[in-house]
Amino acid sequence: MTEITEVPSPFCGMGTDDLTIKVNGVSIKVSKNGCEVNTAAFEQAITDTSPRVDGKEVSLKQAVTRASEILRNANQPVIGGCATDVNGMRALMALADGNGAVVDNMNFTKARGNFLALQDSGWMNTTLAEIKNRCDLFVVIACDLEVFAPRFYQRYLWNKESMFLDDTSAREVIYIGKAPSGKASTSPKKTKAQVLECADADLPEVLAVLRALIKENLVVAEQVGGITVADLQVIADKLKAATYGVVTWSASTLDFSQAELTVQTICELVKEVNASGVRCSGFPLGGKEGDQTANQVCGWQTGYPARMRFSSDIPEYDPFLYDINQMFDNGEVDALVWVQAFNSSAIPPTGGKIPTIVVARSGMRFKEEPEVFIPVGTPGIDHAGHAYRLDNVVAIRLKKLRDSGLPSTAEVLTAIEQGLVS
Amino acid sequence: MLTKLTGGIVYDPANKVNGKKKDIYIEDGRIVSKPRNVEPDQEYNIGGKIVMAGAIDLHTHIGGGKGNIARMLMPENHRIDPVAHTDIKRAGTGHAMPSTFTTGYRYAEMGYTAAFEPAVLPINARQAHMEMGDTPMLDKGGYVMLGSDDFFLRMMTANKDQQAINDYVAWTLRATQCVGIKVVNPGGISAFKFNQRQLDLDENNTHYNVTPRQILKSLATAIKELGISHPLHVHGSNLGVPGNIQTTLDSIVGVEGLPMHLTHVQFHSYGTEGDFKFSSGGAELAEAINKNNNVSVDVGQIMFGQTITASGDNQRQYANHGISSPNKWVCMDIECDAGCGLVPFKYKDQNFVNALQWAIGLEIFLLVKDPWRIFLTTDHPNGAPFTSYPHLIRLLMDKSFRNDMLATIHPEAQKMTTLGAIDREYSMQEIAILTRAGAAKIIGLENRGALGKGDFADIAVYTENDNREKMFEKPDYVFKDGELVVKEGEVVKVVWGTTHIVRPDYDKSIEKDLKKYFDRFMTMKVGNFTISDDEITEDGRGSLTVHPTVGEKV
Repeated sequence: MTEITEVPSPFCGMGTDDLTIKVNGVSIKVSKNGCEVNTAAFEQAITDTSPRVDGKEVSLKQAVTRASEILRNANQPVIGGCATDVNGMRALMALADGNGAVVDNMNFTKARGNFLALQDSGWMNTTLAEIKNRCDLFVVIACDLEVFAPRFYQRYLWNKESMFLDDTSAREVIYIGKAPSGKASTSPKKTKAQVLECADADLPEVLAVLRALIKENLVVAEQVGGITVADLQVIADKLKAATYGVVTWSASTLDFSQAELTVQTICELVKEVNASGVRCSGFPLGGKEGDQTANQVCGWQTGYPARMRFSSDIPEYDPFLYDINQMFDNGEVDALVWVQAFNSSAIPPTGGKIPTIVVARSGMRFKEEPEVFIPVGTPGIDHAGHAYRLDNVVAIRLKKLRDSGLPSTAEVLTAIEQGLVS
Repeated sequence: MLTKLTGGIVYDPANKVNGKKKDIYIEDGRIVSKPRNVEPDQEYNIGGKIVMAGAIDLHTHIGGGKGNIARMLMPENHRIDPVAHTDIKRAGTGHAMPSTFTTGYRYAEMGYTAAFEPAVLPINARQAHMEMGDTPMLDKGGYVMLGSDDFFLRMMTANKDQQAINDYVAWTLRATQCVGIKVVNPGGISAFKFNQRQLDLDENNTHYNVTPRQILKSLATAIKELGISHPLHVHGSNLGVPGNIQTTLDSIVGVEGLPMHLTHVQFHSYGTEGDFKFSSGGAELAEAINKNNNVSVDVGQIMFGQTITASGDNQRQYANHGISSPNKWVCMDIECDAGCGLVPFKYKDQNFVNALQWAIGLEIFLLVKDPWRIFLTTDHPNGAPFTSYPHLIRLLMDKSFRNDMLATIHPEAQKMTTLGAIDREYSMQEIAILTRAGAAKIIGLENRGALGKGDFADIAVYTENDNREKMFEKPDYVFKDGELVVKEGEVVKVVWGTTHIVRPDYDKSIEKDLKKYFDRFMTMKVGNFTISDDEITEDGRGSLTVHPTVGEKV
């Protein structure tokens, strides 16, 4: 048994790196600083160790050969999932470039609102350490933060010490939209978060009014989406009185048509607080299971986030057209590579209708057995690697914790790519 | 294998060779003297062609988070410049902020063999190295940013002695695998987080009670005492502000004779005269550079057209967001470490300010006398994409072309510049100094930027052409570490360069303070912050080249 300390996690999106992990052979136990997300993800046992072709166990070489053959014969291959580490993503991009494939991160549709807002008008954002040390007013828009990241409040808001706040427990937390499901947002002094609830469908209107109040535009209505304008005025005033306000949202929970306009409203109201003469920053949530990693690597290698294609030998980006789910529905795809090195329950979306190659974490259970299944090691457990945190600035160095003998995503995808030309 | 380049006209200022016909022999990646009684295995007959060392860009934003935000922000700018893959090259995109592969290929296809990222945030250094790791053809390196990070500012407020500052600077260089230190708007990025919207050279950061002048002095001293070759790389205070020439001149005085490199100095050389209250400080700046041998500059020339400005200076970028074109921009505060700002710009020749910016940059190029202390940059992508270098070289080497261009810009700007009255034309040897020998010297690269015995065989061969733009945009051959990598302006072999770093010594006791600081205030463990060698070398392509440091007490 060995004990490894200061282990970084690729699972929670926060880049939590204070976990203590006990390793016994290939079994793993999180002994310190685990949470609902990380502990289960680290402790999951290895079940599959051998690749399969058409459900039969084969050697890695045979599985790779079959995968290359499927891709060689495909007219429009797509690579979905894209949940892996930096080196895995590098290999994925090389395979896609060589094979004329579509690259589509599995959470792109959920994050699309952020990309559309960014590419239309931009934003002013901040990162975790700034929140930890500066934030005195924290506004959560329409998401249940403690479910998303169980240790967020403990690590970044109710931390005992900060460089610039005398009393971190005096920070104020406000929820707009959904109420929090638990008590993580309640301060150490037992002050509960202020909650202004409304239906998702009313969010665009509620936030538009909040933005108008920040801009000091005339608002005639007295209430919006069940919230009084007077209550929103209090929030506008607080944002303009704060030293370092932070507004957080999760594009994935803004699950309604044209939600990018709501993201844009949030980003613009943050800008307008700054224009009024005080500091304020946005903080988009996301980035689990390698989403940011996929977008970062795809970004520096092609100039575009991870919903793009190489079908015409050049990188082309379209946040709508290259949604592989839609491409399946339209019958536009004749081979799928599904890459998911973190989460064995995230199965490919095709249900066996087209030739499918799965390169995924051991233990994936399929409704329809794919043509090829190659279990790979998990970055940060079975091999070293790099992963991005949700704030998209910090890349963490993932550690190898055990010797499982499972290949890395990068090794497998590189071998498949090499097989394309043979 | 012995390779011979026969009959070229060699410009090798490092070895005082100025346009002399000379054969060059290459063996095992290095230049060797003419061997006796051995026939070359391969010979390139380059009779009459111009031979220089591979060019070195000492200031170009090619790796790191802000560049990648710049890419994400501008999909429309990539769509106009798609790059298809070939048998050996990966697909990618230009234009203002190209993808990494395309960046490497395009640099090499102009004869460049090294490029340095000048704004590596410590906390984002891993990303900078990963992006540079995906940039082929080039050697690379980074200057790591200090001066607005809270650890340093806390040290300044606590009046820590110079030795402690030196230890922190050295530790940062090692932990981030960088080759130099950059300071961006000293203390100003931090000040913006405390809602200070501007910060003059002698103005206090309101929280820390520290001025930019003190920060410059402290970091410049550290570099001298640690013996880091590259002087403190300074993006000064008040970037873009009319009247900032005074700040720049004061900064030169403020550093008290210590080595200092003022970067993209064009953006820091503005006066307030004239009807538009915006004028050239080019002559004043050049005079100060000519007088102060401790100071070097790169210009940060602007070129007309669409680009995006990508900077660590979120305070000034925020101030300029109102003129972004297209109207979309990003500012970020980052990890109690620094910040960044991305503001797209479209420089227009019929806009008075832009036109004068263009002229100011050229004035500086032409009025600074010592070519070893001035460098050819556009601050890619901030002034223009690096692909405009051949055009810039033509502007410097060809007075009549320059004056033809001058005649087309905003008429009021023409009246406000002395450019038309400057006769100087750069010589071939001077271009070789600016883009090769001088750059290698000021970064402290051993055996690079030169064509003497023992130097690495990074070589560019051009066909003489009176149109210098045409000449420099398409070399006949480029060799990297002795291998032919570009032929007739096209990459023929993809190679991966080394990463240049320095590793000054320091007192390890600083690590105790850092551990405590990281545990109390940061969001990662200090052990996980440090970048290990294998992170750069494990892919089998990357390598590290450590350059020596010899400290000297100030």
